[in-house]
Amino acid sequence: MPTALLVEQLLNGLQAGMTLFLMAAGLTLVFGVMGLINLAHGSLYMVGAFAAAAVAAATGSFLLALAAALAAGAIAGVVVEMVVIRRLYDRDHLDQVLATFALILIFSEGTRWVFGSFPLQLDIPAWLAGPITLPGGIPYPLYRLTIIGIGLAVAIALWLLIERTRTGIRIRAGENDREMISALGVDISRLYTLVFALGAALAGLAGALVGAIQSVQVGMGEPVLILAFVVIVIGGIGSIRGALIGALLVGMTDTMGRILLPSLLATITDASMAASVGASLASMSVYILMAVVLVWRPSGLFGAAT
Amino acid sequence: MSREAFVNAAILLALLAVPLWALANDEPFTITLATRAAILALAGVGLNVALGLGGLVSLGHAVFFGIGGYAMGVLASHAQSYDPIMEAPFLIEGTKSMPIIWIAALVTSAIAALGIGALSLRTSGVYFIMITLAFGQMAYYFAIGWPAYGGEDGLSIYVRNGFPGLNTLDPIQFFAIAYTLLLLALLLVWRLSKSPFGLALNAARQSAARVETAGIRPYTLRLTAFVISGALTGLAGALFADLNRFVSPSMLSWQTSGEIMVFIILGGVGRLCAPVAGAGMFVLLEHWLGGTGEFWHIWLGAILLFVVLFARGGLIGALAGRGRTDG
Amino acid sequence: MTPRTFILAAAMAALPSLALADAHAGKVKVGMITTLSGGGAGLGIDVRDGFLLANKESGDRLDVVVEDDQRKPDIAVQLADKMIQSEKVDVMTGIIFSNLAMAVVPAAVAQGKFYLSPNAGPSALAGKGCHEDYFNVAWQNDNLHEAAGAYANKAGYRKSFILAPNYPAGKDALTGYKREFAGDVEGEVFTKLGQKDYAAEIAQIRASKADSVFFFLPGGMGISFLKQYADSGVDIPVIGPAFSFDQSILQAVGEAALGVRNTSQWNKDLDNAANAAFVEAFQAEYDRLPSLYASQGYDTARLLISAMDAADVGDRDAFRAALEAAKFDSVRGDFAFGPNHHPVQNIYVREVVKEGDVFTNKLIDVVLKDHADVYAADCKM
Repeated sequence: MPTALLVEQLLNGLQAGMTLFLMAAGLTLVFGVMGLINLAHGSLYMVGAFAAAAVAAATGSFLLALAAALAAGAIAGVVVEMVVIRRLYDRDHLDQVLATFALILIFSEGTRWVFGSFPLQLDIPAWLAGPITLPGGIPYPLYRLTIIGIGLAVAIALWLLIERTRTGIRIRAGENDREMISALGVDISRLYTLVFALGAALAGLAGALVGAIQSVQVGMGEPVLILAFVVIVIGGIGSIRGALIGALLVGMTDTMGRILLPSLLATITDASMAASVGASLASMSVYILMAVVLVWRPSGLFGAAT
Repeated sequence: MSREAFVNAAILLALLAVPLWALANDEPFTITLATRAAILALAGVGLNVALGLGGLVSLGHAVFFGIGGYAMGVLASHAQSYDPIMEAPFLIEGTKSMPIIWIAALVTSAIAALGIGALSLRTSGVYFIMITLAFGQMAYYFAIGWPAYGGEDGLSIYVRNGFPGLNTLDPIQFFAIAYTLLLLALLLVWRLSKSPFGLALNAARQSAARVETAGIRPYTLRLTAFVISGALTGLAGALFADLNRFVSPSMLSWQTSGEIMVFIILGGVGRLCAPVAGAGMFVLLEHWLGGTGEFWHIWLGAILLFVVLFARGGLIGALAGRGRTDG
Repeated sequence: MTPRTFILAAAMAALPSLALADAHAGKVKVGMITTLSGGGAGLGIDVRDGFLLANKESGDRLDVVVEDDQRKPDIAVQLADKMIQSEKVDVMTGIIFSNLAMAVVPAAVAQGKFYLSPNAGPSALAGKGCHEDYFNVAWQNDNLHEAAGAYANKAGYRKSFILAPNYPAGKDALTGYKREFAGDVEGEVFTKLGQKDYAAEIAQIRASKADSVFFFLPGGMGISFLKQYADSGVDIPVIGPAFSFDQSILQAVGEAALGVRNTSQWNKDLDNAANAAFVEAFQAEYDRLPSLYASQGYDTARLLISAMDAADVGDRDAFRAALEAAKFDSVRGDFAFGPNHHPVQNIYVREVVKEGDVFTNKLIDVVLKDHADVYAADCKM
């Protein structure tokens, strides 16, 4: 493979990883602080994308659309947290899985009810459209570079929030000892709502960013949700650093697997067969990665041992 | 007879009475629905061994359901085309005989459960939920891309497989087969839960350390439970494929795993007959709400949410009052 | 014309056929199983709406039961059992996806029901698995892909990069394209079913020496691919079957689809009276442009109604012959059934254009005239 193509594919893997990180960060934060498995995280991603598409159609502004996605994600997050999620914190995982599975059904069909069954339009804005030429003469879409940038910015902002602010101290304390923190006079239920809203807003942002290059449609959240779970499980649940590393690992494995496996197999069998079998293996590759990591480290790469 | 035993008997009798009523009134489709409920209940009974007795929340039981389905599909399709599955090193031919297909489904899904369980049980909690989900997704994508047995199109078996002495194409006779297997599975699980193995498993669910001090490895207990659980769900898969005369990768999707789990929740976690009550309720909801318009999933979601949030005992809990207190 | 006056006019126009309906007392009961909820719902809704429109225009001569299969094969099988065992329908129709059709159709025709397919046309049901009571009113799955290959020859392409999802319909698509395409295949890629990010594949296309790209990626997959392809700056022309350029999804693709050539057996500007009336009536009834799927649903109902004029559904042989004759004005112009009861029809190439604010297709040329499928030879009825 020529170097330019290899660099381009590595960038693609990086970009896929950054998108996953935006999803996984909220998920892992919510799990780390509240101990909650939220299958409906993908629905918040969908809500963000639909809000962005609706606002973009009404105003024509992509920045307003992103703001709307953040807001819609956060608002949906607050509502869901106050109505349903807070009743689940001291339940077992089974109840959490099922209640949030029910939320997926409600969100998906509710969105279809409001917006109809057909996919919505959400375009890349003109000022981010098209490729730019990177050093080495590699053409790469500006929009994908922007996603990488936003992903890095969010990672840094989250790190600062958790390590350097009062809220961050409370969040970390909440992960370690719930009774202690409420004894210290922190309003734990407000903190939980805040953390959930933050995760939801990030999911909404991811939905809008991805919606512009993919399709805004009902059910768009579930495949991403499963991958985001793979990411946080590989990284170790509750760890933002783990989510970042996990997201990059999954993004790279998926992208490189899709290119390398078929061409690797093509050396031992005919092209059509290799394309087909290679594709089958590639679609299983991230799950194989996850199983291997968990067998090797049952609590993920950066997870606290249980 | 305790109140729960009374409720259990009532549920099982209701499941038997509905198709008999339908037979008398010539409503063959109602019999088909009852058969569907019985088979899905059997899948739930399987999962309940891992989930209810062992406390193992598996989000990957669709793998075993699907393997059972494909065991039927592969054997029957080879029998249909008179083309042996393999000739070397020894001959394996296809078959249209239900008992042989059931054994194949039980064995293959038990082997799969042994492999998946041995790896997955090294983890616990959320990690266990997610690793079982990952194995489910692996199997799903494998089945879609695997061309030999139809890929995503699946396999159609034009005529239902046979059982000696019965006409399986007659809805009521096929119901009888499914219902009998369901009763046998319930009996097995009930005996299991009262056996030393079941008691140790239950103890391990509540406190692994306590069992370990008694010199029993919780890992071995759980793995055994997981294998029994997978095998029963696999048997249900074979029956389900026979009910539809069709098998496809959708049996392996993560939604299927979720639905099997939903049966148990609707019925009430930790109850012997929860999957029966839950599957019956699910089939009824699907049938009734499906007629209410395009957006009926909203109502299904709302009901599910209500049960999880406010009616934790599920249907049996509501009917029989508080069950075991440790759940 | 406002919708209300239009409906009045349509009702007046329908009067003669109403009188005819009385002559053939007794309705035909139709069971429609289609996808109305979840991700693929848009297609099923269009088929249903097209079908019901034709029924309404006929003065409700069909008694239609509609059920939602949720795109799940086991639900579809269960609904088919219900329609056969308890609704006692005469004719079944509606299934969108090939894998669901494979689950339902063989059992339905084996139990003595007519099945008219308004969309899916898997090869297994066109060749060895064909049946005298199974009629496909849309296309055999390979048809539009073969047309894309034929168009590539016409356009002078020599080297194609081809991609499709890794499932049976995807493999059929690439096989269909290669069957007609005379040039070389520069690259062949199977993507994951449901995949939404194509950056890696687009990079491979850029690095290849292809002069054309053929893709079959239905639904959201196609929307994603086209948007990302347009943004990547790769300027190799793409061709594909109509499924990724249909009215129902074009608005979501937006500018990225402009100018792309795609193959279809129908378009809203096809010049015939039946089509003009259909496009106008559909818009008046549902306030949106009809899609390919709506046209197929509409034709399916019209075929059925034409057969009712000629024979009673109780007389199976006569009714089957009436269906075979296909004496109805199809919205795609000439339409006939081949020996395996699959369409023999023209397939066109269209171009995506913008009319006002709406993205839609414009007819360019006929690619394959009176095209039938290759599986007919294997069909023994």
